[in-house]
Amino acid sequence: MPSAFRDIVVSNKLGLHARPAMQFVDQANQFNSGITVRREGDAEVETVEADGKSVMAMLTLEAFAGTHLRISADGDDAEQAVEKLVQLFEDKFGEGE
Amino acid sequence: MKLREFIVSDAIVPELKATDRDGVIRELVTNLSAAGALPEDAVDEVVAALVKREQNGSTGFGKGVAVPHTKHPKVKKMSGTIGRSVSGIDFAALDHQPVYSVVLLLSPENQPQQHLQAMNIIFSNLQKDMFRRFLRQTGTREAIVDLLDEADQGK
Repeated sequence: MPSAFRDIVVSNKLGLHARPAMQFVDQANQFNSGITVRREGDAEVETVEADGKSVMAMLTLEAFAGTHLRISADGDDAEQAVEKLVQLFEDKFGEGE
Repeated sequence: MKLREFIVSDAIVPELKATDRDGVIRELVTNLSAAGALPEDAVDEVVAALVKREQNGSTGFGKGVAVPHTKHPKVKKMSGTIGRSVSGIDFAALDHQPVYSVVLLLSPENQPQQHLQAMNIIFSNLQKDMFRRFLRQTGTREAIVDLLDEADQGK
C-alpha cells in the first residue's frame, strides 16, 4: 500500500487548537488513506500518535507554535493527502499569524 | 497539567437544569462566576463569546461530549467546569448525537500554550470509554471530583 509522510513545524501563533484541528480532520476525511499525526516525545512530554480523522485525538497532540509533527498517510491517495494536509499548516490555517 | 488544576469543583453541575445548548452554557458560566472564577459583570460577554464559537463550529466532537471554550480578555485565570445532563442536549454535535457531558473551559487571552495543555488533558480523558461512561453516570459533585482525582492520578 502506498504511504507518504512529511515533517512540519506548527507555525500559527495559537497552535493546533480546536478550529484548526477540525479543519485538518475535515481535509483528512476527503481522502481514503488513513492519516496519522505524530508528536515525538522529549524530556517533558510523551510521544503521541493521533488519528488524523478524529478531532478529539488531534487535540491530545498539544501542538504549540514551534512543535514538530510528522503527518503520515497510508493508502492509495497518500501522496495527495499529505500534500494537502501540509498545506494547511503552511497556510497557518488561515489565521494570518 | 491536571484536570483539578483548572476545573473549579464548586462550579460543577451534576444535574443541569437547562435543556438547550445556550442555556447550558449560561448555567455553567454563571456557576463559574458564583464560585469566584469570573466577575459577575463578565458573564454575559463570556456567554456570548462561547455561543458565537459554537455557531462557528460545534464543540460537540462526538461520543456524547461537548467542550465549549473561549479565550477572553475578562478571564484572568484559566478555569473550567463540568455539567451533566441526564436527558441529553442538542449541541449540533458532529455525530448528530445528544450531549450528556459538557466540559466548559475559559482561558485568558495570550496564553495559547496553557489552553492547549488543558485541551490535551480534557481530550485524553474524554477519549477513554470508561471515563466518559463514569462521567455520564456520576450524579453528585463530590463523586465527579473523585472521578477527576482518579483521572489525574492516571487510574
